[in-house]
Amino acid sequence: MSQDIINFKLDGESVTAKKGETIWQVAKRLGETIPHLCYTPEPGYRADGNCRACMVEIEGERVLAASCLRSPSEGMVVTSATSDRAQSSRKMVLELLVTDQPEREQSPDKSSHFWAMADLLAVDATVARFDTTVKPCADNSSVAMRVNLQACINCNLCVRACREVQVNDVIGMANRGADAKVVFDFDDPMGDSTCVNCGECVQACPTGALMPASVTSEEGVGDSADYDRKVDSVCQYCGVGCQLTYHVKDERIVYVEGRDGPANQNRLCVKGRFGSDYIHHGDRLTTPLIRLAGAKKGIHADFDPAKPLTHFREASWEEALDFAANGFIKIRDTQGKKFLAGFGSAKGSNEEAYLFQKLVRTGFGSNNVDHCTRLCHASSVMALLEGLGSGAVSASFMQAKNADVVVIAGSNPTNNHPVAATFFKQAAKNGTKIIVLDPRGLAMKKYASHMIQFTPGSDVSFWNAIMNVIVTEELYNQDYIDSMTTGFDVVKEHVKRYTPEAMSPICGVDAELIREVARLYATADNAMIFWGMGVSQHVHGTDNCRAMISVALMTGQIGREGTGLHPLRGQNNVQGASDAGLIPMMYPDYKRVNVGSVKAMFEDLWGTELSDEPGLTVVETMNAIHDGTVTGMYVEGENPARSYPDLHHARAALAMLQHLVVQDLYVTETAMYADVILPASAWPEKDGTASNTNRTVQMGRQAVKPPGDARQDWWIIQEIAKRMGLDWNYSHPKDVFAEMKLAMPSLNNLTWERLEKEHSVTYPCPAPDHSGNDIVFIDSFPIEGGRGKFVAVDIVEPDERPDDEYPVILTTGRQLEHWHTGSMTRRAPVLDALEPSAVATLNSAELAKVGAKAGDMIRVTTRRGSIELLAREDSAVPLGMVFIPFCYVEASANMLTNAALDPVGKIPEFKFCASRVERVS
Amino acid sequence: MSADSNQDNVVRLHPGTGRNKSRIHTRGRQINLDSLTELRELIGDKPIQRDMLIEYLHLIQDNYGYLSAAHLAALAHEMNIPMAEVYECASFYAHFDIVKEGELPPVAVTVRVCDSLSCQLAGAEQLKAALEAGTDPSAVRILSAPCMGRCDTAPVAEVGHHHVDNADAGKILATIEAKHFHPDIPDYLGYDAYVADGGYDLLRKCLAGDYSWKDIQKVLADANLKGLGGAGFPTHMKWKFVRQEPKPRYLAINGDEGEPGTFKDRIYLESDPHRFIEGALISAWAVEAEAAYIYLRDEYPAAREILTAEIAKVEAAGLAPAGGIHLRRGAGAYICGEESAMIESLEGKPGMPRHRPPFVAQVGLFNRPTLVNNIETVFWIRTLMDKGADWFSSQGRNGSQGLRSFSVSGRVKNPGVKLAPAGITMQELMDEYCGGMADGHSFKGYLPGGASGGILPAGMADIPLDFGTLQPYGCFIGSAAVVVLSDQDNMRDVVVNLLKFFEDESCGQCTPCRVGTEKMVKLLQRPDWDKALLAQLSQTMCDASICGLGQAASNPITTLFKHFDADLIATDLSASAKPVPSVGDRT
Repeated sequence: MSQDIINFKLDGESVTAKKGETIWQVAKRLGETIPHLCYTPEPGYRADGNCRACMVEIEGERVLAASCLRSPSEGMVVTSATSDRAQSSRKMVLELLVTDQPEREQSPDKSSHFWAMADLLAVDATVARFDTTVKPCADNSSVAMRVNLQACINCNLCVRACREVQVNDVIGMANRGADAKVVFDFDDPMGDSTCVNCGECVQACPTGALMPASVTSEEGVGDSADYDRKVDSVCQYCGVGCQLTYHVKDERIVYVEGRDGPANQNRLCVKGRFGSDYIHHGDRLTTPLIRLAGAKKGIHADFDPAKPLTHFREASWEEALDFAANGFIKIRDTQGKKFLAGFGSAKGSNEEAYLFQKLVRTGFGSNNVDHCTRLCHASSVMALLEGLGSGAVSASFMQAKNADVVVIAGSNPTNNHPVAATFFKQAAKNGTKIIVLDPRGLAMKKYASHMIQFTPGSDVSFWNAIMNVIVTEELYNQDYIDSMTTGFDVVKEHVKRYTPEAMSPICGVDAELIREVARLYATADNAMIFWGMGVSQHVHGTDNCRAMISVALMTGQIGREGTGLHPLRGQNNVQGASDAGLIPMMYPDYKRVNVGSVKAMFEDLWGTELSDEPGLTVVETMNAIHDGTVTGMYVEGENPARSYPDLHHARAALAMLQHLVVQDLYVTETAMYADVILPASAWPEKDGTASNTNRTVQMGRQAVKPPGDARQDWWIIQEIAKRMGLDWNYSHPKDVFAEMKLAMPSLNNLTWERLEKEHSVTYPCPAPDHSGNDIVFIDSFPIEGGRGKFVAVDIVEPDERPDDEYPVILTTGRQLEHWHTGSMTRRAPVLDALEPSAVATLNSAELAKVGAKAGDMIRVTTRRGSIELLAREDSAVPLGMVFIPFCYVEASANMLTNAALDPVGKIPEFKFCASRVERVS
Repeated sequence: MSADSNQDNVVRLHPGTGRNKSRIHTRGRQINLDSLTELRELIGDKPIQRDMLIEYLHLIQDNYGYLSAAHLAALAHEMNIPMAEVYECASFYAHFDIVKEGELPPVAVTVRVCDSLSCQLAGAEQLKAALEAGTDPSAVRILSAPCMGRCDTAPVAEVGHHHVDNADAGKILATIEAKHFHPDIPDYLGYDAYVADGGYDLLRKCLAGDYSWKDIQKVLADANLKGLGGAGFPTHMKWKFVRQEPKPRYLAINGDEGEPGTFKDRIYLESDPHRFIEGALISAWAVEAEAAYIYLRDEYPAAREILTAEIAKVEAAGLAPAGGIHLRRGAGAYICGEESAMIESLEGKPGMPRHRPPFVAQVGLFNRPTLVNNIETVFWIRTLMDKGADWFSSQGRNGSQGLRSFSVSGRVKNPGVKLAPAGITMQELMDEYCGGMADGHSFKGYLPGGASGGILPAGMADIPLDFGTLQPYGCFIGSAAVVVLSDQDNMRDVVVNLLKFFEDESCGQCTPCRVGTEKMVKLLQRPDWDKALLAQLSQTMCDASICGLGQAASNPITTLFKHFDADLIATDLSASAKPVPSVGDRT
């Protein structure tokens, strides 16, 4: 213990330092802020010691020392505030730097940390003793950020931000001496570089040389303190769940900064940082709308969603809610309870999701409630529930840093979970071996020890071969198998015929490489598997997951630090929406609706009779509409007219509905089919909790008011519930949360008050003062008997194989800048400017096959439809494949996709269908 | 298709503004496949290792005469490193010419005119002006460059990789005309002759176990051999410190002899290379190094050719494992003479000095314990073993021990490397070894230790020259580069020359050095000097810079103020009230 405490003198006082603590940190702890520019105490930034503003004098040393770098040693005599030498150096350093700065009032950020430090040292910028030097001119090429190197002090924080923290590797410090300058790639304009606009550099920059474009003029004058208030919240986009702070001025979000949340440690991506202003878009719905009698439903040339009054009329809330509820009542009471269905949203809060499913179950009277998880990880959840008894991740993605081997399968985290990707990349830099499994050569390839571009749709053959190697070479963990699992013998026998040699032609991976990966994973001290929709969105999606679960179980790579299974969740609250019961066969906390005791418990809690018949999933609902067995729907914050497979079928279904209530921010494609549209609130406009991919429940706080007469979603749901005869009296989301706790043991030890105070708590949480379990399934699984279950799987081919007529595999997914159907992000000016129109990405050789090149318009056709869009060349896409992001309404990928379902997860095969590519002449 | 969907194809509404155009490629600069193929041909079967970056930049520069953005992008791709890392390295070193898309590549012939102090005294400015007047800029480009390590033959210029000593415009133009771009290889003691003289016996004995490392170390300790790169740290102690650290360990030889006025290492390499190689191999053996790296400055192409050829012979003779000696080439950066900057450069990065602690003996090359020695330091090992520690330590004057290789240049009659007793005074050195002052010059002052060792007036020529002896005067001997000044030399021009050198060569990492040297040059170019401000700035540079470059950069100013007569300074200032800028901006 004693050697962990270092005694030394600071300015004559005897003080102590903890081991590893620097002089700067000790001084800070004791109340002295030693001036600092290139050092930031924020997480993730190592001290670099280059600015020399924090110098201290150490007895016996010839020169001064940088306090940000130097740790005291026993008996060291340090002077800081009392050292004239140190003070004089600090001041001179600031004076030198101030010399070349723009005048404060004309500087990119007059409230910058730099000016605060100049004030601290009483350096008068107006008294120039040195000759000034003009530096390179401003770079306004990025739509998101402004670069003004006249204000740059070469502190290198942006380089560390880009290279070491986010590991995007764009910024460098080029040239040398007085010519040294911050560059992007080869000293390219920021906007033309490989920059992914995460904005980490902007947040790190102490001078304003890098600033959000939203708070700096083109002339490079700005002020980061020009806001009315700050609101701490959590990001609205992906499942990573980055904590952030909205800066609000005149009821508008002017800029966003990352906060030190457990999943992001201040980091954000382009969407989180620069994508919030969609809420201020002029398309926002501000008044309820009721369809004019006889006005044609659907997406057609006569209807411009920005001018809905050609087909709708404005209505009061009272009228609109009555209209909405009465339509439901009529169908329920005349046709039957099962004729109604509801789609809730994974973009809303836990409280809203809970209320929505409760409305459907108790007001509509059926279990016909589902949401978009069906389209992303339903297969993962089903496999995990079946094998382990829980659909949630076994360990947070932060555990990647403790892993020796990380497998990333069918997931493109640099685009879809960008902040999680930063931790993977850091792990890779730290020596973790990253094995990427994907038909496309993803950006993560640069950091991977193995990039395995296997044949699309051949996951099971690959994993069975992996298991074959583990079994054949006896790399499995017999102790773990004996104590924690059941059914190994069946799988052991089953995989014997799946030799690497036999599987290699099917999955396109060299047999020896399969062996190498199997050995790496199985023999690693700690190995972890992450996956995404490349795994789940197949007709064999559940089988893919079962195979990976088996691999983890047989090697015991689960339940410890740096191990586990982690399906990277898509939406900000897809975990929470599922937990809260937006699932047709399950009540909150994954309680089966057809288990008598469970039903009785919920009937007791909700004071009403419930149906024990599992409800319809999303695609089943569409089919049921075609069959005439569902005639009324409530769609809250979902866009099935864009996000569902085989859109002709889905849209035709929406058009057939007798009563469709859509609750959303804009006139979405789905709202174009609505009978009534209820203007709702965006995430930054509401209070509520969301649960991220790590099982962490986080507090979202209202930053601004919804526009016009748009209302809180929970309020709208409650008003409909009341009109349907339910006695609801929630006055705030916290009331809902309190009720959820009664239904959901998973929320034990979490309270609204805790979340208010601590911002986030992970479940399961063992105690009121515990931050929650990062790792679960340590000594048992939450399944009957407590043992993980092996499930043997066979090869199932993709539903629609390429043939002569449709020779190219079409796969779909997301882009970094756009969220899902683009209804939010395409209305965010920065994101729209970065990715403005529909593109398909293909290998240049694939383009050449049809006589096309990058930049040509191409037509992609499947058995279900045809779209035209711009060809983007990308060598990462293998021959024989075209990738189309599904965010573009003008060329909807889902016009083309195949609605064939995984039999267990009921998830459509978005990732594979047969297509034809042609050049548009 | 349904009627509805046909209409979908008509409706093109989308929520975006449509103001921008979509990218048709992935983000940023694309890889040109032809350039990638060319690069792969150049690299051949050499290993793709991060530390080889500078070597590969040389390959491209040598082959194409410049670094095109297309080749650099291909290199980043091939090495799987960020483009920014390639660019920051390529742009850090003076000998690389980056040519971006749409820019013109440099012309066929490059002439670098040395503008360091000794050459400036010898008329480098006039030489450069004459060359600029006498050449066609579309065929020849004339650049200024720092010290080329041939100060005894000032002025010096380099045509391609061929150095022209005692240069004048005519000689240089004739060299261009003759297309004499390759270095002349001087006569030197080759492998066979060295071995015939008993060379490598010592190494063989070491390898055979006839000596233990401690046996050798004791001789070095008794002889009091010190680091002759400039720091003067006892060599035997370095051995001990490195050996205390866990394996793997490395040896890194610092051959980046860049201190203006210094050329002793080059002379030794170009005359007796095996004495150096043997010393290096014994050092590697002594610390049980995994591999030996020799970092040689790019200004010494002849030495590089010699070492390349001779190391191959040594490896062929089985004296070193094949591939165990890595000869690495600098690329024009004085700062890489700083040992941690050299290590960064060996790792293929810009030469940014590291912070201490930790010291390179603990955390050095590839973050492993590393023995860093100067060329001359290890050059002495065989001699000390042959002649004995007493022979060496008994030399010296005025209380000092040993011999020092003084590189003498400037206004003396016979400049050159003078192997003289440690502790000799300037006056003795000039009188006994240099034939006195050059004709027509009277002694005004001298630089005892290159650009960074400070300046002393003629009246202080009786101070012993050795490690430590000059410290009381704010000066140091460093690499023992002595530059002698005369009454014809204006002190403002001298200090501006020195400070411009440091400004050019500052790595740019820390504020006091990066901004301080730049601001100091501007202060010195003002008609009148703000002595108080210069003193304040000097103090901060000295106190707060990360490495020795910044800490010593202001030594010329502080010692000038300290030791020179104020009237003399005033006279020189007014004589050059409109100071002529030094030779020009370097690229």
